[in-house]
Amino acid sequence: MSSPKLIIVGVIAAGALTSQALASDFGRPVTPDEIKRWDIDVRPDGKGLPEGGGTVAQGKQVFADNCAVCHGDNGQGGIKDRLVGGQGTLASDMPIKTVGSFWPYATTLFDYIRRAMPYPTPGSLSNDETYAVAAYILSLNGIVPADGKLDRESLPKIKMPNRGGFVPDPEFDPARLFGKQ
Amino acid sequence: MTDQPELPNDAVASSRLRHLSRRRFIMASSTGLAGAVVAGPVAAETLADVPPREPGADLSAHSERSKFVKLGRIPEAGPGKRNVDPDNAINSKAPLDKLVGSITPTDLHYERSHSGVPDLDPDKHRLLIHGMVQKPLVLTVDDLRTMPSISRIVFIECTGNGWENWKKADENLTVQHTHGLVSTNEWTGVPLRFLVDLVEKDHESNWMLAEGGDAAGVDRSIPLTDEILNEAFVAYGQNGEPLRPAHGFPMRLIMPGFEGNLNIKWLRRLKFGDQPWMTRWETARYTQLLADGKAEQFQLRMETNSVITSPSGMMEIRPGYNRISGLAWSGHGKITRVDVSTDGANSWKPAQLNNPALPKAQTRFQMDWVWNGKPTKIVSRATDEMGNVQPDRNSFIAQEGTNALFHYHAQQTWSIDTAGRVRNVLA
Repeated sequence: MSSPKLIIVGVIAAGALTSQALASDFGRPVTPDEIKRWDIDVRPDGKGLPEGGGTVAQGKQVFADNCAVCHGDNGQGGIKDRLVGGQGTLASDMPIKTVGSFWPYATTLFDYIRRAMPYPTPGSLSNDETYAVAAYILSLNGIVPADGKLDRESLPKIKMPNRGGFVPDPEFDPARLFGKQ
Repeated sequence: MTDQPELPNDAVASSRLRHLSRRRFIMASSTGLAGAVVAGPVAAETLADVPPREPGADLSAHSERSKFVKLGRIPEAGPGKRNVDPDNAINSKAPLDKLVGSITPTDLHYERSHSGVPDLDPDKHRLLIHGMVQKPLVLTVDDLRTMPSISRIVFIECTGNGWENWKKADENLTVQHTHGLVSTNEWTGVPLRFLVDLVEKDHESNWMLAEGGDAAGVDRSIPLTDEILNEAFVAYGQNGEPLRPAHGFPMRLIMPGFEGNLNIKWLRRLKFGDQPWMTRWETARYTQLLADGKAEQFQLRMETNSVITSPSGMMEIRPGYNRISGLAWSGHGKITRVDVSTDGANSWKPAQLNNPALPKAQTRFQMDWVWNGKPTKIVSRATDEMGNVQPDRNSFIAQEGTNALFHYHAQQTWSIDTAGRVRNVLA
């Protein structure tokens, strides 16, 4: 849907700008060990998940210590986003979007907790604590059993209830972009 | 259609326009209505009332607004959650009702952030570029500033802009409330294509993760289409100066025409891969819940949109001559036409577009209107160069339902009653 005219202008501009510049002219190379410090993203296939693991029982304590103040004792009724319940409400006039009712990937939960939570001190939980609290939130939603445990092997295998609930915009459908059709 | 503002070309009309303009100005000054930017209680009825000239204040390091001008954003915590404790605000909206032209003043550009507004030390800030590349690099702000740069005027719009009106219209809202999450600035920085070539991206890599250095580490997966590779850039400049912290200092991604959330602020990492990462923001957050309970994902482009900013919500007009003015924008390209209806979308007339109408930037439109004093509704409808036409409210809701929360871009209707009061309505 892009304008042909714009693309031509863009190509000319970018072509003129790239000229003979080399990577060595700008910035500095970076080692794999240094990259590791910031390389925190996790994909749905589990790529990026760290070693370690945690149980629902351990997660209950982590949640009480770090999360309940905003999200409520059982992941609902708090001052910030509700994390639990809402399954079956998405087509109603009052949809309740939670981890259990809406989130399509369990890997996203781990990634988001590790990068952004707890809100005042993101990054303060260990990987074990992050697995544990993710397990606890999923158990509150009936997705992981009460005696369950999560690690890099089991997390990507979890099938979230709303996994099939998303329809890609045809223009940017990952399954069709870049000649995949 | 003409691109030039239509000006009265006979002396009678011109004189009448001046007279009425002055009358309106006086009314605005004395009542504080009609979007009055100038707040002076005492009007000058004759030239004798205009104060004598006198030496002004000392020259200074930077210019403040006139003490007569009151402009500010409105911090909000979510749809309908206004007048909140600043601690709880997640966005602040630009005062579209008080702005003229098409460039948003830097300090009034809307803001939306997910973990406050960090003020990062540029000397310690780093941009890591890695993943499916041959030469992973760490760049400093100075590195970016020595690279070839471009400057471009573009709009950025929060995906949640318009979210007040999904289910109902609160009649006490101004256009700042209904549409204040869009702004247009000139941004300066390094083309993404230059950085991609610099690190020698693998051909198999078609997706890029962009991540911020804010506490939330906001991150989005970006498909590397030709359009995005040609137009995206990493900006360090905003309206001629370094970025403001609220807008990503010291560097941010600019994605012309795409969801505001993709224009990652406080940019600290670009990682190249071969599939989307399915981050929280592209799954749980910025997806549109349709009426059947399915959610549309990767609706990355912002749509063809417009709104009349004057007269608009909570203003008051008088019968006779009025000037209708507003803003139009599209993530698809240039605005080519804006039609305005002054009879509740029954009939339409083309408005004048102020030049230049730049691609993926806000364009000012205007039209003369003589109001007969009877209740009516005014509406604007934008068309872009790809032929996209802004939908009316009913067709839009029929397609999207009322739960979508994001990408609201239906035509905005303002109702006007016999007293000239302008109010927000659905249609």
